[in-house]
Amino acid sequence: MKWLRDVLDNLKPNFEKGGKFPWLHSTFDAFETFAFVPKTTTSCGAHFRDALDMKRTMTMVILALMPALLFGTYNIGYQHFHSINPSLAFFDGFWDNLWYGIVKVLPIIVVSYVVGLSIEFGFAQWRKHEVNEGFLVTGMLIPLVMPPDVPLWQVALATAFAVVIGKEVFGGTGMNFLNPALLARAFLFFAFPSSMSGDNVWIAQKADAFSGATPLAEMMIGAELPSASFWDMFLGIMPGSIGETSSVAILLGAAFLIITGIGSWRIMLSVFIGGALMGLTFNLFGSNPYTQIPFYYHYVLGGFMFGAVFMATDPVTAAQTNKGKWIYGLLIGVMAVLIRVVNPAYPEGMMLAILLLNVFAPLIDYYVVDANIRKRMKRWKIKGGKNV
Amino acid sequence: MAEFNFKLIKNPLSKENPITIQVLGICSALAVTAKLQPAFVMALSVTVVVAFSNVIISFLRNTIPPRIRIIVQLVIVSLLVILVDQVLKAFVYDVSKQLSVFVGLIITNCIVMGRLEAFAMSNKPFDSFLDGIGNGLGYAVILITLGVVRELFGSGTLWGYQIIPESFYNFGYQNNSLMIMPPMALILVGIIIWVQRARNKELCEKE
Repeated sequence: MKWLRDVLDNLKPNFEKGGKFPWLHSTFDAFETFAFVPKTTTSCGAHFRDALDMKRTMTMVILALMPALLFGTYNIGYQHFHSINPSLAFFDGFWDNLWYGIVKVLPIIVVSYVVGLSIEFGFAQWRKHEVNEGFLVTGMLIPLVMPPDVPLWQVALATAFAVVIGKEVFGGTGMNFLNPALLARAFLFFAFPSSMSGDNVWIAQKADAFSGATPLAEMMIGAELPSASFWDMFLGIMPGSIGETSSVAILLGAAFLIITGIGSWRIMLSVFIGGALMGLTFNLFGSNPYTQIPFYYHYVLGGFMFGAVFMATDPVTAAQTNKGKWIYGLLIGVMAVLIRVVNPAYPEGMMLAILLLNVFAPLIDYYVVDANIRKRMKRWKIKGGKNV
Repeated sequence: MAEFNFKLIKNPLSKENPITIQVLGICSALAVTAKLQPAFVMALSVTVVVAFSNVIISFLRNTIPPRIRIIVQLVIVSLLVILVDQVLKAFVYDVSKQLSVFVGLIITNCIVMGRLEAFAMSNKPFDSFLDGIGNGLGYAVILITLGVVRELFGSGTLWGYQIIPESFYNFGYQNNSLMIMPPMALILVGIIIWVQRARNKELCEKE
């Protein structure tokens, strides 16, 4: 890699103050630190440093998303050919399926990254600060929550909206209070409902005769149980957004996130508990078939699993305190199932539940911290109010 | 004739704008701007009401007992609002139906009460009239901007006429339904505030 270092060192003076392109400094800096870890060290203060910086964190999340992406890509192709020939088994025509999926998914990923990164770079230049890596993950999450047939210009518009209104307005990476990837999806859901809902968008170029209803949509219109079996849905052999169908692939990613300590297991677990609580409550009191399904069906339907593992755990928008994380996760699970079952206008409750709790996360944290202070004050008073 | 103080009209258009700076009258700005025509009529009605209530209150300002001034202001404003409402019903019935309750709600529009309290109660009638016209126009600028953007991208039309050609739709263009929902109007107002403050740093709050 010596030659790369040399090239960068040769170019560097051009982008410093007094060079030819000082206004492109942020852009250059982004590429340089992308290739090499900066060798500058803190000059004063504490020196405890973990190797886990933001770039590493982001790379880990991208790795954790890979199983869902690969499975999703293959599944897009399979669902397409399956709709033409319903007797097709899952591994028949493996390469055809995979190739078809790649042709569908790759453009969405490219559009999401190109649009998002250009806006990030533009804002970084304009505000004269470094380009942050936050978008590397967002740019991958956005395609994964899109239906396969979504028009590319809509992906571009949604990405731009999410990055500018969701993030840059508030000061860029780390300052946003809504998850940008979910915001992009919510934008499309409300702006262009015809490409984000209904039975025709979840299978790429579906054959007309084939019903393209997702299991989630079937439950919505009052089916007793989805037509796909629990295990099919668990494995992910069903139509849906690109990355959300396979619970197995998502759980692999979840395990990876938990082992590397990047995703919060508290949030993931509490979302599942919250979903189960609400599901069981509906089992007790519900009157229509949707309320009567076993609670674990909610996990494999729609985007519940994907949201719990990759969206709710976003470290910026989630609650920060440990107790807060439990409350935040529980409420997401409860709200997601509640919106799904009770509100017929919004089939996918997970997206709205997470966005809602994103807004409440700072409030939850505030009261957790406040309660802790009061508890300690009380303890201090019991001990006589002296410094012990 | 009092001298014509041009600032009273000019300032509310930009650096004292009732919506983006004073943050008054937001509700109606979100509610009636999905289409350009109702937005325009609404802006006109508010301008008329603010201007004339400002004049009337300014004439009465030395005779109104301070303790009941809000009631007096309300009576005058509601009189003007009823007049405007009747005129709208008589001449532009369709628009009046679209605006429905929001014409009546001009009474509660903070711009009207705000200007009466802040300006008309302590200034001469002609200045008050100019101030009312200025604030009404400042309100109108924002409403019409919102109306144009929202109708163009939300319905593909302007003033009811198709602007975005049919061929665009054949290529896969779709109207943005979020534009006709009130939340998008709030976001658009936010963007206008952002742009305005980015261009004029004096308006930013001190940290």
